Amino acid sequence: MFKKILIANRGEIACRVIKSARRMGIKTVAVYSEADGDALHVEMADEAVCIGPAPSSESYLRIDKILAAIKLTGADAVHPGYGFLSENATFARKLKRQGVAFIGPNVLAITKMGDKIESKKLAEKAGVNTVPGHTEALRDVRQALSAAKKIGYPVMLKASAGGGGKGMRVAYNEAETREGFASAKREAASSFGDDRMFVEKFIEEPRHIEIQIIADSHGNTVYLGERECSIQRRHQKVIEEAPSPFIDEKTRKAMGKQAVHLARAVKYVSAGTVEFIVDSKRNFYFLEMNTRLQVEHPVTEKITGLDLVELMIRVAAGEKLPLKQEDVTLTGWAMETRIYAEDPFRGFLPSVGRLVRYQPPQESDHVRVDTGVYEGGEISIYYDPMIAKLITYGNDRDEAIAHMRHALDGYFIRGVSHNISFLAALMAHPRFQKGNLTTNFIAEEYADGFDPSDVPHDDPELLVAIATAIHRAYQERAAGISGQYAGHQRQVRDDWVVVLGGKEYGVNITCVTGGYDVSIGEERLHIRTQWQLGQPLFQAQVNGSLICLQMERDGAGYSLFHSGLRADVVVLNPQVAALYALMPEKVALDTSQFLLSPMPGLLISLSVTEGQEVKAGEELAVIEAMKMENVLHAERDGVIKTVHAAAGDSLSVDQAIIEYE
Amino acid sequence: MHDIIRQLEEKRQLARLGGGKARIESQHKKGKLSARERIELLLDPDSFEEWDMFVEHRCNDFGMEKQTPPGDGVVTGHGTVNGRLIFVFSQDFTVFGGSLSESHAEKICKIMDQALKVGAPVIGLNDSGGARIQEGVSSLAGYAEVFQRNVLASGVVPQISMIMGPCAGGAVYSPAMTDFIFMVKDTSYMFVTGPDVVKTVTHEEVTHEELGGAMTHTSKSGVADKAFENDAEALLQLRRFIDFLPASNREKPPVRPTPDSPTRIEESLDTLIPDNTNKPYDMRELVEKVADEGEFFELQSAYAGNILTGFIRMEGSTVGVVANQPMVLAGCLDIDSSKKAARFVRFCDCFNIPILTLVDVPGFLPGTSQEFGGIIKHGAKLLYAYAEATVPKVTVITRKAYGGAYDVMSSKHLRGDVNFAWPSAEIAVMGPKGAVEIIFRKDLGNNKKIADRTEEYRKRFANPFIAGNRGFIDDVIMPRNTRVRICRSLRMLAGKKLENPWKKHGNIPL
Repeated sequence: MFKKILIANRGEIACRVIKSARRMGIKTVAVYSEADGDALHVEMADEAVCIGPAPSSESYLRIDKILAAIKLTGADAVHPGYGFLSENATFARKLKRQGVAFIGPNVLAITKMGDKIESKKLAEKAGVNTVPGHTEALRDVRQALSAAKKIGYPVMLKASAGGGGKGMRVAYNEAETREGFASAKREAASSFGDDRMFVEKFIEEPRHIEIQIIADSHGNTVYLGERECSIQRRHQKVIEEAPSPFIDEKTRKAMGKQAVHLARAVKYVSAGTVEFIVDSKRNFYFLEMNTRLQVEHPVTEKITGLDLVELMIRVAAGEKLPLKQEDVTLTGWAMETRIYAEDPFRGFLPSVGRLVRYQPPQESDHVRVDTGVYEGGEISIYYDPMIAKLITYGNDRDEAIAHMRHALDGYFIRGVSHNISFLAALMAHPRFQKGNLTTNFIAEEYADGFDPSDVPHDDPELLVAIATAIHRAYQERAAGISGQYAGHQRQVRDDWVVVLGGKEYGVNITCVTGGYDVSIGEERLHIRTQWQLGQPLFQAQVNGSLICLQMERDGAGYSLFHSGLRADVVVLNPQVAALYALMPEKVALDTSQFLLSPMPGLLISLSVTEGQEVKAGEELAVIEAMKMENVLHAERDGVIKTVHAAAGDSLSVDQAIIEYE
Repeated sequence: MHDIIRQLEEKRQLARLGGGKARIESQHKKGKLSARERIELLLDPDSFEEWDMFVEHRCNDFGMEKQTPPGDGVVTGHGTVNGRLIFVFSQDFTVFGGSLSESHAEKICKIMDQALKVGAPVIGLNDSGGARIQEGVSSLAGYAEVFQRNVLASGVVPQISMIMGPCAGGAVYSPAMTDFIFMVKDTSYMFVTGPDVVKTVTHEEVTHEELGGAMTHTSKSGVADKAFENDAEALLQLRRFIDFLPASNREKPPVRPTPDSPTRIEESLDTLIPDNTNKPYDMRELVEKVADEGEFFELQSAYAGNILTGFIRMEGSTVGVVANQPMVLAGCLDIDSSKKAARFVRFCDCFNIPILTLVDVPGFLPGTSQEFGGIIKHGAKLLYAYAEATVPKVTVITRKAYGGAYDVMSSKHLRGDVNFAWPSAEIAVMGPKGAVEIIFRKDLGNNKKIADRTEEYRKRFANPFIAGNRGFIDDVIMPRNTRVRICRSLRMLAGKKLENPWKKHGNIPL
């Protein structure tokens, strides 16, 4: 077995690998860039070596510096994690030459699978289903028609250079093929200057389902079931689960067998993943093979009870796999969400900065948090903005979802924007809960973006009751202030009016041991809680069931965050409520006439002047934030009415820069 | 007897209606509440003791004698906010546009006099068209009577103005002399001369809102301390604000229970200061992590952002915070920030509120606009305010404390009681680069030499130890322990007694 493993990575995956290595009694070496000096993986490892400046191209991607770090520390194996050098054949080759073990597959597998065309051919040869299509450029419409007929409708006609919907057409019959071929070709010619056209099977209601395999150097290859990763946003996986709610035993076996065939074809050793696209009739087709540990590997670990990193280390050290295919069992259900530093409210713009507050949920048999950050740490502009992976486990899918919802409700992050409310909203979505997934789920369900204020709550009374309890506690304390008139001290009342979502609720609350009893009309809610003033997380048993929500004091009211929604609530005494109702609804300023600063930063330059006509897409301004220049483009045609800021100004979020006429 | 009681009831009914139902409704349509509704929102239920409901004006010109509404356009009296006494006047826009008559002024003066005698805050809810023109100079006399009392009450009892409608001309000077001015967004404005006069005189076209709205005064002029969304929000928040203030200069600030532990450790503060000394960080994070329950009632947040001012509580007791903000102008002191902080420091000193000063200041802002604007005298205001203050003063230097600005920011030399420094503190006349360029001017052409000298200077001076050698700082503390160290210092200082030499008053560089 290895004595010392160097982890050529950063963030949560570096921490993850260190944990397994430590458990196996192997020493660990972290490498880090100048931006990561205080990072968690550096702190966790036995040794750490700085390998250069912040940009990955000057540190984590520099093979020479990592080789030097190996030499310096005497590590005898390298775990590459995912990303960075994990699928870099040159790196693997150089390590081999130096006699250092690469904890991953052989160079051949990496090379072959790294080539899209090569891997597809290899897959076909190994008897793996591939998306039927015509691999040569189509000569004319006649060839397109015959190819389409052979493939079977519906088909996708796509330009060689096509992308983002351009130069792509779906055809369900001959007529559509004729028309689509001509128009896509025209579009491709004008858009890309390359009008070569291909045709392939169009996959309806596609799902992304992948098979985890692991192989040793003794010819043993097993598959560890599937993961469904259909919930994606712009090809970025957001939620993964294992098993898939769609796959039956027969399909699983078939997919697993093909995956193993493919692995054997390249003499694969280590953990790998074969990705398939699956249509609504459970036909599956090979997409690609990832020759590394996947981000979403924990869901497989949860349902198989295996430690994939440990297995990778063992097979890399030449050990035999400790299990055969028939030993693999899938028990329960695991779900993973990726917590990203991004702002769902602003088109998922990545967010960077300091984690002013960071409290992940408590880990347990049901909850696992893979993270590489801590409170007071930094989400850097230089790397992937993933904060953590949250994994939950239950006996079945519903249970895994319930644990996930509760864990997300308790995940407390301040300082950077994050997607937790979006993830919680996905978990609460009825279509998601039914398992009715496709890779277009997010695009279909959130076509207009995501706003936590728009998410409906299935139980507003619950929020009303908790808001009243919180308010009551604050009022009780306010009434405890010194310097009051003796005999005329403030008495805190039991009857309140709560305004939530424009609706008024009459509420009666009484303090009881360990909490509050609340009645709203006919409904009775018994809240039992240890919550104390000032705590942002409100955890309670409400009528026996556990609930967690996040609270912020906001002016005279409270903002509550729960299950993906944000609710702004005010709790008032009944007289005040009558007056409060007279307050005008303030129409939010129509900001469509403005170009607003999407982030705090420095206005570097303005490209337009007052009175100037601009066309959509034209550059308007450049903002520097966290050393990065961001170019703001016109979203529509218009005339500049007023310029509200000048170059050199520091801007806050949503500050108006330009006003249109 | 029954007749009198019936008459009394009638008069009360009439007084409660102010300018009548129609006018109250029109006030509501504008998103504004009536004078009495506002008092109801501000005070504890049923605590209002109204005075002078039966006062009427004495004007006999222009047919005024035919309309003598009881109360004469202002509701006055006292009541409680969370059980604590305050005096309040609330101008009634539905009666002669809330205009100020001689008797209207007398009502205000009466409660001010009483507040001064018993030692309780005066809250003004301003909503007035201005002087009662029909009364001529009597009305102006009324204003002056109020002004005089504002001045006499200044520093004796807290005075707060909530501008909830128009406030123009001479009328602005009463709020201007109170301790805090709050405004309601969209429905209040303040200016000395209105848009019409401005247009005639300077040919500038400007709206009421642009000239004197809440946004203008909270961000451009610095006249107002905070703006609120609407009447209800404003008054509910005002209740929270009053909870910070002592009733008078004879009392200590109020204390209320908190579950937050004084020994709370904040490990994340250890990484607050970036490695690069020129990189900004948000000082608000330190304020919030030090404060009870993370609550910071910030004042003038949109004005002179390079310094933060506001109230927090430590172990339940009010503390005034002044903090350089590296996010804006690198935290430099300039004219606006000096004035903003000086006034705040003086308020705290008046009312026995301990001052916590968090220092990261690279110096005073250079430039012609600053020098021509009189930074010398304005900067001196802050220096004067700190030097004069006798309340407990606790200072934490987080990073830079350079030059004269170091002296100004509640240094030991200005009778700072407890002066802490973080390990990242650099207490020196200036930053290493600037210093070397002066001391080793002859080496300026030689980059290597300059770099070596800079490094030498950095090692020697860019740390808290030189100041520590001299006792100018009392201790170097770990950032994570900042809350507990401040809490203990304030406990230690609870019995502090310090008096300045007797004088009529000092001569602050105005």
